[in-house]
Parts: sequence; C-alpha cells; structure tokens
Amino acid sequence: MRHWQLQRLGEDGLLLQLGTSIDAALNTQVHALNTQIQAQRPAWLRDSVPGYSSLALFLNEQAFAHSQDPLQTAETWLHHLLQAAPLGTARNTSRCVEIPVHYGGEAGPDLAFVAERARLSSEEVIHLHCSAEYRVAMLGFSPGFPYLLGLDPRLTTPRRSTPRTLVPAGSIAIGGAQTGLYPQASPGGWNLIGRTALALFDPQRAAPSLLAPGDRVRFIAINGT
Amino acid sequence: MSIDVLSPGLLTTVQDLGRFGWRHLGVGTSGALDAYAHTLANMLVGNPANAATLEITLTGPRLTFQHPCTIALCGAQIDAHCDGQIIPCARPVQLPAGSTLTLGACRTGARTYLAVAGGIDVPECMHSRSTDLRGGFGGLAGRALRAGDHIPLRPSSLLDLTAPCIAPWWIDDALDAAHSAPIHLLPSVDALASPGTLLATRWNISAQSNRQGLRLQGPALQLVNNDERISAPVAPGTVQLPPDGQPIVLLADAQTHGGYPCIGHVIRADRQRLAQLRPGDTFHFAAVTPQQARQAWQAQQHMLARLQLAIHARREAMTC
Repeated sequence: MRHWQLQRLGEDGLLLQLGTSIDAALNTQVHALNTQIQAQRPAWLRDSVPGYSSLALFLNEQAFAHSQDPLQTAETWLHHLLQAAPLGTARNTSRCVEIPVHYGGEAGPDLAFVAERARLSSEEVIHLHCSAEYRVAMLGFSPGFPYLLGLDPRLTTPRRSTPRTLVPAGSIAIGGAQTGLYPQASPGGWNLIGRTALALFDPQRAAPSLLAPGDRVRFIAINGT
Repeated sequence: MSIDVLSPGLLTTVQDLGRFGWRHLGVGTSGALDAYAHTLANMLVGNPANAATLEITLTGPRLTFQHPCTIALCGAQIDAHCDGQIIPCARPVQLPAGSTLTLGACRTGARTYLAVAGGIDVPECMHSRSTDLRGGFGGLAGRALRAGDHIPLRPSSLLDLTAPCIAPWWIDDALDAAHSAPIHLLPSVDALASPGTLLATRWNISAQSNRQGLRLQGPALQLVNNDERISAPVAPGTVQLPPDGQPIVLLADAQTHGGYPCIGHVIRADRQRLAQLRPGDTFHFAAVTPQQARQAWQAQQHMLARLQLAIHARREAMTC
C-alpha cells in the first residue's frame, strides 16, 4: 500500500507527505529520504526542505530542457527513487552536534518554573534535559530555528501566558512538549531554561546554520545550577 | 560612490530577484515582490535583471546622489522630483552629481523600484543582495533604509551634467492584465466546505499585510476537514487558511513552514500584481490549470524579452 502522497507546491515545488503526525519514526524517514536525494542531487534541484512528516523539493526550471515539463519530470524522478528504495529502508547517518549550555540564573530565568511544574529540582530538570538525544526535525520560524524532537515528556511546560518581548539569542527554551533554541534575539513565549554562547546562525559563514535538518543534538551543562 | 539617505520613506529595502536554496535552513526567499517592475527598471539603466534595486513601499525616500548616475523608476506610479524638476517613471534619467531626488507617494499600486546603473553595491550575503527583514541580514545592514544611511554604488564613468537629462522615450511598464482582472490560483488539496465562495468573493486587502503576506478580508471560509495540520513547507504564493477563515497569501518574506491548511497557490505571473495591491484594494480569484499557469508565466517572460530588445535599441541611440 502506498503510504505517501505527492502534491504540487505551486509551479516550482513538490510536496511529499509521509504522514500527518509529529512522529519521530516518520521524521527519521523524511531525513533518510532527504539524504538519498542529496546523494543524487539532480541538477534541477534547488532546495529540499524537510518538515515534520513531509519533504518539499524546489526546482530550478532553467536546468530543464525546453521540451521537458519541469514538475512532471521531477515527479517521475521521485517516483523512481521511491520505487528503488522504499521508505523506511534507508539508513540514518546523521551527525551529532553538542551544545554547551549555561542553565538557570540570568541565562535561564524560567528554570525554577519548569522544575516546579514538573515537581522536580532544577538539577533534575538539567539532568533530564541533558540526558536526551534530540533530533532536528526541521528548521523554520526564523533562519536557523530548530524544531527538536525528543524532549522528556516530564519536562512538558505550557507556554508563558504573556510572551517576552525580547528573548536573547542563544536561549534554550521549552514550549509545550517541545524544546528549542533561539538563533536570533526575538519575541518569544517559551520558557527559558538556559543559554549557549554558540552562534546558531551566522549568514557570513559558509554553513550559516550550526544545525542542519536531521542532525542529532545533545545539550551539555557547563555549570552546576 | 554612494547615495545618501536624507529620509527613508515608509519601507525602502534593497532587493534583487531573491535568495534561493536556503529554505531548508529556515531562510525565506526575500527579493523584489514585483519582480517584473524590478527587472524593467534594471533593463532601463542597462543592468542585468538580478542587480539590486531599491524597493519603495507606498511613500518614497529622499536621496542625494554624490556622483552623476543613471536611474529609472518602474512599478507603481510615484511623484518624483529632482531639485524642482519632475522626474517621470519608466525611462532612464541621468542625474548630475549632488542631485537630491525626492520621491513622494505612490499614486497607483504599492511598490516602485528605483534602479541605478551598475546596481546597488551592497555585499552579497548567502548569494543574494536582498534584504531578509526577519533574519536581519542582506541588503543594507539587514534592515530597511534609515536617514543618514549611505547606499554603496559601483563606480560609474558617466560624465557630470548640469541638469537632469530625461530620455525622450519611455516604455509601458504596466502588466497586460487589466486592473480588474482576477488573480489566478492553482487550487490545492485542502478542500473548502463551499468552494464557490473563494472564487465568488471580492477580497479586501487588510492593512495588516506586509512583505510576508497579504491578509484578505471577506466571508469566513470553512474547510471540509478541520483536523489540525502540522507544520509543513510552504512557498511564496501559497494561500493559507487560518482558523478565522480569512485567507493569507504568502509573499517573498514568508516563513518557510506553515501549520495552517493550504487552499491554493497564486501563480507566479500574477504575484507581480499582488505586490501592487494596497490596503483597501479588492480583487477576486480565478482557478487555472498548471498548464495555463505555465503559459501565463512564459507570456510574461516573452514580454520582458521584447521590452529588453526595444530598450536596448533606444539606449544605443541615447545622446545625453
């Protein structure tokens, strides 16, 4: 049975949907497929953009012959790829990025609140947050902003009722069942538990974003509390 | 060489044709919203289509040109004066060193493009000179112009003149489509409860619109399936439907992913016209097939190619 759906995203994009839920296994399939696509990287592929359970391909039409219908050609190519290597069979070979975090204090003003909600000590929250391995499900919202999967459900904390007008760049935060990092200073409603000194996004670098879709992430506490 | 910004206008940004290939990092495309007018302005001053121009929104800046420059204004008709003299749109104009160009209100449309021969010479950032307002990079310091800014230009070999020299010819920079023509869209898989309403409605442009999206006002639309969607990639042109039933058409600065249902995509050929809609303007949608969308795009590219030939011939014959 075919468990994916292919649709068009305007005139120069395809959107492959593998499912309709936020699910770590589904997201792993997205990145495995993306790795395969990147390995072949046809000349017309301008960008491949993972979502939680979807993958968009954007085309550079100038790379097609005049007689070719760009979207149809890309659709056929993708169908062949999916037939040759069915979803779920590709291996996951992502890299792991370690992020040093200063938890609590000025860097993480909401750590105590998160601990209180979870009925844990601040140390236990830090321990739980550092024990998990996360996956960059996708980057979006703002340049370099990672949506991470893998937060320990005990750390689920509702978003603040009043968002902060300014969250400092590098802040590590928990919003609902998700954890994330703010690459740029911006307004934000998530609970701030710590901060990293690493530059998550720098447009001047050859690789502007520290994190790429599909990367695994570990947080390393660089202080006690 | 540079242009001094005396006053910035409402929202004036440096834009080229956009920043491609970075959506997987959450980086939007940016770029001139009306790529057609941007391209024509560049052609009039002899630039390649991707040279950076200034995108002027509704109210223009006041600018002093330190050196003699050839400029052109395309897109929305705008009141333009240079030291007391009226500067017409859609043709090349040579300005003497020290000229102050005062751009007033856009009289038709919402965005005018100011091209300068040689292009706006800000450094490329991630392969583009476009301003990414949300990311805060590209263009001039990653933001809209401010008073006191100096916009870098390429050195030009133009000899100084004593007064502006206005080409005696001009081009028709308006798109073929009538102002009342529908905005065409490719319907999407998210089905509407009463699909006729989307096409039958005259949509009103909300004042909340910006370079990220046009917010539309009209009867609230409903979906057949109201299950919550999870964030998935979107693109400029995508028409989203938030829970309030008022569609949003995503423009060049839109986020790379969206969690709202997607009810269609505005075709590329008509996004130039979207860029020129002002708060309070109205329009209606019409559905097209992918083939019709492609034909409309090719027709627009052919029109640009024809204008390029005409402009080239006239520029060759220019005397001042």
